[in-house]
Amino acid sequence: MSYYFCIVGTQDQPLFELEFGTSKQGGDGIARFSQEARHMNPFIVHSSLDFVDELQWTNNQMYLKRVDQFASSHISTFLTPTSTRFMLLHLPHPPNTPPQSTPSPNSFPPFTPYTSTPPSTTTASRSSSSSSTSIPNNPTSPQTEEAIRAFFGEVFEVWMKAIMSPFASVEGKLGSLVFKQRVVAAGRKYL
Amino acid sequence: MVTYAQRRVTGIQDLERRLNEAGYPIGQRLLPLLLYRSSTPTHPTPRPTRILPLLQFIAHPLWRHLFARSADSIESSSTNPHEYMIVDNEPFVNQYISVPKEMNQLNCAAFVAGIVEGVGCAVGLQCQVSAHNAGEGDAMWPGKTVFLIRFEEGVVQREGTK
Repeated sequence: MSYYFCIVGTQDQPLFELEFGTSKQGGDGIARFSQEARHMNPFIVHSSLDFVDELQWTNNQMYLKRVDQFASSHISTFLTPTSTRFMLLHLPHPPNTPPQSTPSPNSFPPFTPYTSTPPSTTTASRSSSSSSTSIPNNPTSPQTEEAIRAFFGEVFEVWMKAIMSPFASVEGKLGSLVFKQRVVAAGRKYL
Repeated sequence: MVTYAQRRVTGIQDLERRLNEAGYPIGQRLLPLLLYRSSTPTHPTPRPTRILPLLQFIAHPLWRHLFARSADSIESSSTNPHEYMIVDNEPFVNQYISVPKEMNQLNCAAFVAGIVEGVGCAVGLQCQVSAHNAGEGDAMWPGKTVFLIRFEEGVVQREGTK
């Protein structure tokens, strides 16, 4: 799975962006988005902000689970009490797929969970690290949901530490290198 | 801090506005902090999304964190559905501030009002909060202060539709 993580402020401005890949099942932690997908990700996340705005008033939990789906990309959201949104786009795909051509606007491919066997390099390491902590490639499974919840919980803690600084603004960009390292570490730990 | 805010101000309202602005970012930060502290990994504390849970949050956990006791009462205005009041009989911030006679309109709890406003606006329930003296003629609590919370039109409408 490849992930695109974005923190969005209350005025819908991005405060922090990060791309990373799965570290479970022998993944190397590098995102494998195709060139088109890399450009599309911010738009997909932006379009799902509307769903978050609706859910914000009906669901009083912080973790809103999976809010949106676009082609085979899924978007999970965590809403902090100050209405800052953590958006995580996760895209399941075979690790070595060639970049796909851009689909025409009216015919997005239907969502099909990834089931085919991954290439041999992954299977080899997968058999060794296969355990209860591994996340299946199916993004709708409860295990994935729990892993993302744990990831968001950790990021929330790091984010709060960044915000508590009297010199930082709640609406300001999170450019700190330490913050980025901590988020990367959280991603490596849970996803 | 009051002295700092008093520099180059034109009047009492200006001074109260400055104190209010000083409190606003504190409220913005206290809200996630307190919710984070009170929640456990398995049972996260829900966000206050409606007016009443918000007021309860302000009057109890927030007040306890700031002043080590709960606020004395929460009241809703009988004339205006947009207005709610949180009453504190003896605000801690005013305890050691003696206001000169010619400025008896001033209430330095405007700072606390700013904190409350920061919490309200951060959660998405836009509001304006002001502190008013209400202790005149009250023999028991001469320093009684009312925090008047005025929610915006859209917030009350959304409350009505649910």
